Amino acid sequence: MRRLLISIPYLWLLILFLVPFGIVLKIALSDVALSIPPYTPQLDLSDGWTGFRAFWAELDLENFWFLTEDDLYWKAYLSSLKIALIATFLTLLVGFPIAYGMANAPNHWRPTLMLLIILPFWTSFLIRVYAWIGILSNEGFLNQFLIWTGILAEPAKILNTDIAVYIGIVYTYLPFMVLPIYATLEKLDGTLLEAAEDLGCTRIQAFWSVTAPLSKPGIIAGCFLVFIPALGEFVIPSLLGGSDTLMIGKVLWEEFFSNRDWPVASAVAVILLLILVVPIILFQRNEQKQREAEQ
Amino acid sequence: MPSDHASGFAPWEDADATPLISFDGVTKQFGSFTAIDNIDLQIYPKEFFALLGPSGCGKTTLMRMLGGFEDVTEGTITIDGQNMAGIPANKRAVNMMFQSYALFPHLSVADNIAFGLKRSDMPKSEIQGRVDEMLRLVQLQKFARRKPHQISGGQRQRVALARALAKAPKLLLLDEPLGALDKKLRQETQFELMDIQEKTGTTFVIVTHDQEEAMTVASRIAVMDNGLLKQVDTPDRVYESPNSVYVADFIGDVNIITGTASEVLENTQLIWAEGATPITGMTGSRVVQGEPASFVIRPEKVSISKDEPQAANKVQGKVIDIAYLGNMSTYHVALANGVIVKSQTANNRRIARRDITWEDPVWLSWTDTAGLVLRD
Repeated sequence: MRRLLISIPYLWLLILFLVPFGIVLKIALSDVALSIPPYTPQLDLSDGWTGFRAFWAELDLENFWFLTEDDLYWKAYLSSLKIALIATFLTLLVGFPIAYGMANAPNHWRPTLMLLIILPFWTSFLIRVYAWIGILSNEGFLNQFLIWTGILAEPAKILNTDIAVYIGIVYTYLPFMVLPIYATLEKLDGTLLEAAEDLGCTRIQAFWSVTAPLSKPGIIAGCFLVFIPALGEFVIPSLLGGSDTLMIGKVLWEEFFSNRDWPVASAVAVILLLILVVPIILFQRNEQKQREAEQ
Repeated sequence: MPSDHASGFAPWEDADATPLISFDGVTKQFGSFTAIDNIDLQIYPKEFFALLGPSGCGKTTLMRMLGGFEDVTEGTITIDGQNMAGIPANKRAVNMMFQSYALFPHLSVADNIAFGLKRSDMPKSEIQGRVDEMLRLVQLQKFARRKPHQISGGQRQRVALARALAKAPKLLLLDEPLGALDKKLRQETQFELMDIQEKTGTTFVIVTHDQEEAMTVASRIAVMDNGLLKQVDTPDRVYESPNSVYVADFIGDVNIITGTASEVLENTQLIWAEGATPITGMTGSRVVQGEPASFVIRPEKVSISKDEPQAANKVQGKVIDIAYLGNMSTYHVALANGVIVKSQTANNRRIARRDITWEDPVWLSWTDTAGLVLRD
């Protein structure tokens, strides 16, 4: 019975991660072809062992080499890293004050505030991103408002720029930043701040020398939870970004559906996954350390 | 020991002594609740002053006002001649040792102690020396690099003390400093605290609900109830000459016999039961002839014997209960009118050699000056 219970997550991982990953890896090692599916070789087991050997012999790393030859790909990776890093930082800037405000709100307000943070999840992610098109476009609410107040004379181009992508990512991933930070701030013992003040700190010094270091685990967790999905983000840059917004998720989509070059697209996906493994492992270590510290 | 009168430390009796802390008509209200009710109190330099009372009596509020964590609703608090109104906690030469210790979990023991020094005007080169000195004072040199969660409760308590003393404050506030320690460690630490207080010459104000702790460490005790100071006195006077039944009852064990004061002179006669000889005790404060009054006497001042003794006050009764505490026994004796009086005697003989047992008719006796007659 216990084995069965333990095997469930492993089975889940096997069926929904390892097997699909194996298929993608296999496609990445194949060559593009005008066929259905659009790559070769196909595994044909009717020839038995020799068929498998022939199949194996045709797999190669050609597509990975191709990724290093065309600078589009590494530029897209770097650009994604840059956008994800900046967006994570911006989300932290917006999210920390929200979490801090929630943690310091009167007790009876906290469930309501928490609900407000989670509420956007009740609407489809796609619909919310489309709503931002309505807000950010040249004739959108934001430009209309800025012109009405007299701040702008001409509508500013926000939609289809990197700024719109940042707004989209910050908006979408804000709860993932707020919730872990709130969890650490809420546990913070208020007498620690009194002690810091008693020992000569101003409120602001007490914040930097006590609150900030003690909320570090929450900040790290929040940053990873935003950074990891933002790196491979596809929907936000393709809907809100411009034609020059280069993100690897978008490149991946174009390789698959515009170029129908599944092998190269798969190679891009495999490399993206390898890049993501590093922050995921770091994130897991942070969580582990926090759990140990709490024991 | 600060409470030792032989040492002659009693600035509160000296009209010329300048108090370090002065409360003048201080009131603190939280909404409509009055936590501190018009208090006047002077605390002198180098005192070890205890605020004692049940939870909710206002003792913690009084201390937090000294620390700068609560403002005063009415009246003024003066520390070292300076009016404290509007001065925040970080600008006061006062440090506090918190009940939960409030050690910074992300800093080592040494960094916790250095925390206040780094924010003072002490030159960087002197900080390390001061930290070492404090570590020596609380005997934690070996643990300087440990984090708070890597040391024991007793060690944490000492780190908190060292941290609060590091800036050499004029006044150290201790909020239930020993509350989290077990009894044996608490007793040892009490003496350590007194030792450190004497070495550093700092004025200590301690908040506690443990009367034994207050009696042990304090030069003077303020007994509080409902935001009022019931009595401010040395431990022996609070114990021997309580000014009210509340104080007598709060500090230690006591027998209370209610009745009517009849002859109020240096001693007072208390009529307590019809037909019985009146009880004589020293006249306490505010006793009025013919008014209701209470006779209070400590159990250890009541003698118990099987034969009728030669004594100023004696009553007859029957033993209904014996509490054996090892070093002493407390006898619960029911008098003829149902009043129960406790008598405590040291067990200086082995248990088999003692002759008083359950249901025995016994005599209780005490001298004229052993007990007090108090109003209310």
